[in-house]
Amino acid sequence: MNVLAIDTSTYVMGVAVLRDGQVAGEMVTHVKKNHSIRLMPAIRMVMEEADMKPEELDRIAVAEGPGSYTGVRIGVTTGKTMAWALGIPVVGVSSLEALAANGRYFDGLISPFIDARRGQVFTGLYRSRGGEVERVDEDRLILHEEWVTYVREKEEPVLFLSPDLLKHKELVGADAAINPADHLGRPSAIAFAGMKKEPGEAVHLFAPNYLRMAEAESKWLEAQKERE
Amino acid sequence: MGDDGMKINEELMILGIETSCDETSASVVRGGREILSNVVSSQIESHKRFGGVVPEIASRHHVEQVTYIIEQALREAEVTMDDVDAVAVTEGPGLVGALLVGVNAAKALAFAKGKPLIGVHHIAGHIYANHLVEELTFPLLSLVVSGGHTELVLMDEHGKYEILGETRDDAVGEAYDKVARTIGLPYPGGPHMDRLAHEGEASIELPRAWLEADSFDFSFSGLKSSVITTLHNAKQRGEEIPEETIAASFQASVIDVLVTKTMRAVEKHGVERLVLAGGVAANKGLRARISEVCEERGLKMTIPPLALCTDNAAMIAAAGSVMYEKGQFADDRLNAQPGLELER
Ligand SMILES: [Zn+2]
Repeated sequence: MNVLAIDTSTYVMGVAVLRDGQVAGEMVTHVKKNHSIRLMPAIRMVMEEADMKPEELDRIAVAEGPGSYTGVRIGVTTGKTMAWALGIPVVGVSSLEALAANGRYFDGLISPFIDARRGQVFTGLYRSRGGEVERVDEDRLILHEEWVTYVREKEEPVLFLSPDLLKHKELVGADAAINPADHLGRPSAIAFAGMKKEPGEAVHLFAPNYLRMAEAESKWLEAQKERE
Repeated sequence: MGDDGMKINEELMILGIETSCDETSASVVRGGREILSNVVSSQIESHKRFGGVVPEIASRHHVEQVTYIIEQALREAEVTMDDVDAVAVTEGPGLVGALLVGVNAAKALAFAKGKPLIGVHHIAGHIYANHLVEELTFPLLSLVVSGGHTELVLMDEHGKYEILGETRDDAVGEAYDKVARTIGLPYPGGPHMDRLAHEGEASIELPRAWLEADSFDFSFSGLKSSVITTLHNAKQRGEEIPEETIAASFQASVIDVLVTKTMRAVEKHGVERLVLAGGVAANKGLRARISEVCEERGLKMTIPPLALCTDNAAMIAAAGSVMYEKGQFADDRLNAQPGLELER
C-alpha cells in the first residue's frame, strides 16, 4: 500500500511516504515555524524524493489531534482535500498514539502527552504488545498533576513521551525517555497505524479530534447552566 | 481610456474557494464572468447564540464543510477537476483560522490535481462580483462597504487598485451591528436596521463626520457614540425613542456621508463607472440612494444582486480569472494573510 502521512498537530511537522508498505521517505522538523507555509512544500519534496506521484497514493493518514487546534486543522484540511481530489480514503490517527509508538519496545505503560496550557495536558495510556502499541486508556484532556498521580497508582513502570517534556520535567521525573529524539512523534508511525485502520466514514465527514470544546462554546454552556 | 485590452479566454474555467469569515463557499466561473455554480454554506445559525462570529467555531465549521462544498460546486457546474484550469482562493484579509482552511484546501487540491494556484484579495473579490453582472469598464470607482471594510477604491485597469480613502475607526457594517446591539436587535443587526429604517422617519439630527475637506476617509465611531448618548439622554428624561426612528436617523447619516464622499471622488477622478461592493451593498437604503444619484448624473453604475454582495466564491473566481490571464500565480508557500493589503 502507498501511503502519505501528515502530522502538524504540534510544533513537530512530519511527512512520510510509504511505498508498498515500506518507508520510502520521511521528514521531521521541530521548529516554531508556520505549518501552513511549510507543509505543502514538504509534501511535494518528500513525494518527489520518493518518486511518488499523487495518483499513485492509495491512502492518506493524518494526525487528527489532539494538539494545537490550528495545527491539526492544517493537517486535516490538507489530508482530506488531497484524499477527496484523488478519490482515496483518508484515515485519522491519534497524535498521542503516534507518539506512543516511540515506546514500542518498552515493557510497561506508555504515557504520551502534549501540553494543553494552564497545567493541563492531552494524554492517554498505551501499552506495547509484540512491538506495537495499543491503547489501554482513552485520550483525554486532564490536569497534568492529576494524571501523573493516576498513572503512578497503577504501580507499573511508565514511560512518558512528549515534545513538551521540558515544561513538565519535574512532574514526570526519571520516567521520561532519555533520548530526546523519542519525544518527537514519527510520521511513519502515523502511516503504519493508518494502514491498519478501516477507513470508515466518507472523506467529507473527516474532522479533527480536538478533545476540547471551543472556549466560547463551553462558556456559553456554563452560562446556560447558571441560568437554570 | 476605458477598455484596457485585457481579454479573458471564454473557456477559462476557475474554481473559487472562499472561507474568510463565516461562509464556506466554492464556485465555478467560466470566462471570468459566467457563474456555473456558486455554493454558499452560511454558519450564521451557529454563531447567533454568541452574538457574533466566533473565530474558533468558524474554523471548525470550515474544516467540516470544505470538501463537501467544493464537490457540490463542481457537481452543480457539471464539471470535474480535470475541466478546471486553476484554483483561486481568498488569501486575506479575514479571520486567520478561517482563511487557513480555504488556503490549505486550495493548495492540496492544486497539488493533487497538478493545477495552478491563485491567491485572491477578498476585497478584490467583492469588487469583481460586479464583473459577474456587467463587464467592468475603466476608470471605475468602487465603494466597498462591509462588516470589516469601508473603502473607496479607484481602478484604471483590471486587477489594479488604488485606495482613495478608508475608515479611520469602525467599518460601516461594524457600526450598524453595534448600534443594532444597543437597541436590542438580534445578530446580525445590519439587515434589521435597514428594515426598521424604512419604517421610521429620520427625525433625530445625528452628526456626519466629513473630516478634512479633501479627505476621502470615513469615520463612524462618533456617530455610533452619538446614538448611544441620544438614547441615554432620552431615557434620563423618561422618554422613549422608537427604534424605527433611531434606525432611520442613523441610516440617513451613514448614507449621506457615503454617497456624498463617493460622488466627490467620482468628480475628482473623472471615473465613468461606479460599482458597489461588500455585504453592506445589500442595504436597500444605500442601493436606492446611489442608484438615484447615479441616474441624475448619467453615471454608469453596477450593484451586484444580494447573493453576490455577501461573501461568496464566485467573486473570488471572477477576480482570480483576471489574475490567471495576467499570470499572477501563487506557489506552495501561499499562506493565510489576515491583514493583506489591496494595493500591491
Ligand atoms: Zn466580505
